Amino acid sequence: MAAKTLKIDGRQVSAAEDTTVLDAAAEAGIRIPTLCHLEGVYDAGACRLCLVEVAGTAKLLPACTTLVAEGMEVVTQSDRLRRYRRMTLELLLAERNHVCAVCVANGHCELQSLASEHGIDHVRYDYRFPRWGVDATHPRFGLDHNRCILCTRCVRVCWHIEGAGTKNVAGRGAKSFIIDDLNQPWGDSESCTSCGKCVLACPTGALFDRGSTVGEMERDRTKLEFIVNAREKKQWIVSE
Amino acid sequence: MTAHASGDKRFKILEAHIKKFQARQDALIEVLHKAQELFGYLEDDLLLFVAHRLKLPPSRVYGVATFYHFFCLKPQGAHTCVVCLGTACYVKGSAKVLAAAEAAAGIKSGETTPDSQLSLLTARCIGACAIAPAVVYDGQVAAKQTPEMVLAQLEKWREPCKATT
Repeated sequence: MAAKTLKIDGRQVSAAEDTTVLDAAAEAGIRIPTLCHLEGVYDAGACRLCLVEVAGTAKLLPACTTLVAEGMEVVTQSDRLRRYRRMTLELLLAERNHVCAVCVANGHCELQSLASEHGIDHVRYDYRFPRWGVDATHPRFGLDHNRCILCTRCVRVCWHIEGAGTKNVAGRGAKSFIIDDLNQPWGDSESCTSCGKCVLACPTGALFDRGSTVGEMERDRTKLEFIVNAREKKQWIVSE
Repeated sequence: MTAHASGDKRFKILEAHIKKFQARQDALIEVLHKAQELFGYLEDDLLLFVAHRLKLPPSRVYGVATFYHFFCLKPQGAHTCVVCLGTACYVKGSAKVLAAAEAAAGIKSGETTPDSQLSLLTARCIGACAIAPAVVYDGQVAAKQTPEMVLAQLEKWREPCKATT
């Protein structure tokens, strides 16, 4: 496989031709903020946090779905990018009802961590305060649509790793929401295997173990990577 | 073997249509089109039938069916009125046309009147920008509509009902 050489933040990097800019940057020790990206499953390019500047293109490109190219010059940190990332995070916070103080994921939430990392101490947009419900019909897990950012990680792990395809997105635009089977109560779903991978994948408190209270939802995401490696590469890699 | 436990012949027609596409998964939208044409709307049982025949997860079929405005998951009224809210129609005042229709029918767009006589729908561009604002009455495209014209049409639909009751 041909290797491509490119520059990321002025640093010379070489990567195999089917590598994404995000992976090439990670390999070089350059961290690009992400929310919908999840190690082990295919990328959706949904959250727009990994947008980077590529020389010769006026548009910002998502690092997770852009492949490396010979001679590419990528900038991952700039005032412009910081401004857009902050805006994206603020819009996500304003879209649904993210109340950290009473959230099961408080302190272990990727949205919260990124917001604090980007210095968001207030949101400049009007909160929409939509009226979304909570699905607590599953015996082990719950889904609070109010805390969902529609990253589709749960949809992708359910389809790509578990193969059940229980979860998907219904509707469009601001009215989109996560469904189980034919938009039926999760507990009634015939395809759900109750494997809990969606709960492991969720970046916020939208999917949670029932019975957990404020700040108790900590997830071990290395488990997902472990399963993918075991299934696809037949490698049993345990993190020490 | 019957196509569906209900014995409804329409499932047989739908099944033949699915076979025409070799039950290809990427023919989902075409199959849903045919299903809606046959049944008028897509109820859960029908969506499940399509999911099983195309070997797709029901959640995927439901997701596609709810993504497109064209597909209806609830029974439609005897008459349908689709107001185009595409850019050209909007600029030419289709919002006023829709508001007039909503006020006259007493329902919001996307809803059906309680007597099941009228469904009020919206579309984002039906490709008839030259005759904006366009409204589709029972499948017939009408040009350059005004609030008065839409009210006249709704009234015309209502009259035979009044006569029979």
